[in-house]
Amino acid sequence: MRYVPRLMQPLESVSGRYGPYGGRYVAETLMPALDELTQAYEESQRDPAFQAELDSLLHHYAGRKTPTYFASRLSEEVGMRIWLKREDLCHTGAHKVNNTIGQILLAKRMHKTRIIAETGAGQHGVATATACALMGLPCEVFMGAEDVRRQAPNVQRMELLGAKVHAITSGSATLKDAMNEALRDWVTNVRTTHYCVGSVAGPHPYPMIVRDFQAIIGRESRVQMLEQAGRLPDAVVACVGGGSNAMGIFAGFIDDAAVRLIGVEAAGDGVATGKHAAPLCAGGVGVLHGAKSYVLQTADGQIVEAHSISAGLDYPGVGPEHAWLKDTGRATYTAVTDDAALDAFHQLCRTEGIIPALETSHAFAYLPTLAKELGPDADVLVCLSGRGDKDLETVIEKLEERG
Amino acid sequence: MGRIADAFENARNENRAALVIYLCAGDPDLNATVELVVAAADSGADVVELGVPFSDPTADGPAIQRAAQRSLRGGTTLAKVLETVRVIRRRTDVPILLFGYYNPILAYGEQKLVDDAAESGADGFLVVNLPPEESAGLRGPAVERGLDFVPLVAPTSDPHRIKQAGEMATSFIYYVSMTGVTGSTATDLASASKRAAALQRELGRPLAIGFGVKTKADVATVSPHADGVVVGSAVVQAIEAAASTDEAVAAVRALVSELTGGLARQ
Repeated sequence: MRYVPRLMQPLESVSGRYGPYGGRYVAETLMPALDELTQAYEESQRDPAFQAELDSLLHHYAGRKTPTYFASRLSEEVGMRIWLKREDLCHTGAHKVNNTIGQILLAKRMHKTRIIAETGAGQHGVATATACALMGLPCEVFMGAEDVRRQAPNVQRMELLGAKVHAITSGSATLKDAMNEALRDWVTNVRTTHYCVGSVAGPHPYPMIVRDFQAIIGRESRVQMLEQAGRLPDAVVACVGGGSNAMGIFAGFIDDAAVRLIGVEAAGDGVATGKHAAPLCAGGVGVLHGAKSYVLQTADGQIVEAHSISAGLDYPGVGPEHAWLKDTGRATYTAVTDDAALDAFHQLCRTEGIIPALETSHAFAYLPTLAKELGPDADVLVCLSGRGDKDLETVIEKLEERG
Repeated sequence: MGRIADAFENARNENRAALVIYLCAGDPDLNATVELVVAAADSGADVVELGVPFSDPTADGPAIQRAAQRSLRGGTTLAKVLETVRVIRRRTDVPILLFGYYNPILAYGEQKLVDDAAESGADGFLVVNLPPEESAGLRGPAVERGLDFVPLVAPTSDPHRIKQAGEMATSFIYYVSMTGVTGSTATDLASASKRAAALQRELGRPLAIGFGVKTKADVATVSPHADGVVVGSAVVQAIEAAASTDEAVAAVRALVSELTGGLARQ
């Protein structure tokens, strides 16, 4: 069943607005495709056969539901009770597959014959290539050349899965530029091609669709917390790049006013240095990739390149619903540096035998600060959005730098 | 009637299409832009689309992307583009349409931009990623101030969206000849031109065809059918290939003069 948080229903009008954010700032050529997608999505939500197929694939193919796990040794070290929603155990190793299975089913429903996607860390690219292999559709993935370098294992995985990977050299050669290039491909091939957007970003209806497909994270973990902890968490913590894992887990708790929702952005070298990827914490309101939200920009409205050790967070924008959650105060956003994320990465490896993605490590890096505030009796749920095998090279490089 | 509508009217009276030339402001620099606009106007451009560079031009192909990057590296801002328009206005009356993406406009402030653009002597706006649904904040003040807001129609636009564009147009409608980015090779310009002609009759507004129009022969294909024809990437590439501003000015003069040879209707 589609889950629309009550807080959001009046806001998510036909135009896809979250307060002043969201909308559709795209070329005229794409507007009819967005209408078509919106309509196909609405119909799919009323079609029990679609829902049954989606549920079956998520269960039998992707391995849902994922566990919620009480991390006792980490809890002891950090000083509060920490629960992990294990999206790293999903097929392909991250939450991204929840969305790609849904979107590729939708693409088939719309009789699209070709799929394109952008990817940063490569997790969404792998998840899209996987869903396309599963359903027999050709897939092309746009990835910044810098990310191709630092996430090489994921490039190899995509190619094994039959996808064609385009290394993009324009701009900062990262996620932003991959998304530019995906949009250019889509505007050219829009009649035959579905653009499988990987985050709660982009023009309406993408932020809504991706949120809804990821809301299963929050829906499952809310039930699991009640069963296993006997209560709702005091806080839910997730990393935020575009913001899809965060939006997915927040969706399950958004109506529980007592549950704090905390998004952790990438502070890179530190927010004060200007080299970061934290638009909610240190950006301004702008329009990038089809939606109004917070972005990193100059006073003249040029988009500024983001900086993060984590390819998946290395993006100067963020999903529009997060912008609205920030302004309304329903969620709070903070940022942690590359170094703090690396420390948290090692801590989780050491205490729990789990190698997290560098993206996810940002959420863990905020836990010590939160523990000081909430104290030892707090229950905190963290979205463990992905596993870190892909990041080993980056982490080892950094270890050598540190000596 | 504004300068842009006048230019289309004049061309029609001369039994030809209006020639619209795109230049990226600040490529290679803003002083050169003044000379290039004057050269284009002197050589027969009826309207100049002056591109305001943006860091993430998602509707543009490689040629205009590179031009925008060169321009931004040189420090071009929307405010400096408006100053440049003011300088151009001392030299030529050619209609100037500011052409770009929404974020620099949002950052500048829509009402302030309309006021400053009107004072600088600019004639209107075309914003690639601002469809009718999102355009009220700029279009309202612009129309009130007597500036044009140019809507786009794409090959994918349905009848409702086409009608909407017709109602919004104050001068002409930009007709995107194909699904694609700027600078692509048009596959069937002749069919697009005929379609544009039918839409002109239906909407009672002039259409200018852009995307994939590069040569005098392309212009000649469009001209019998559409009221306007836009050449962008070819001009930008001629400027890119030039070794100096003087060479760029000469190249633009030569190219625009040649393109005008395709405008006449038989």
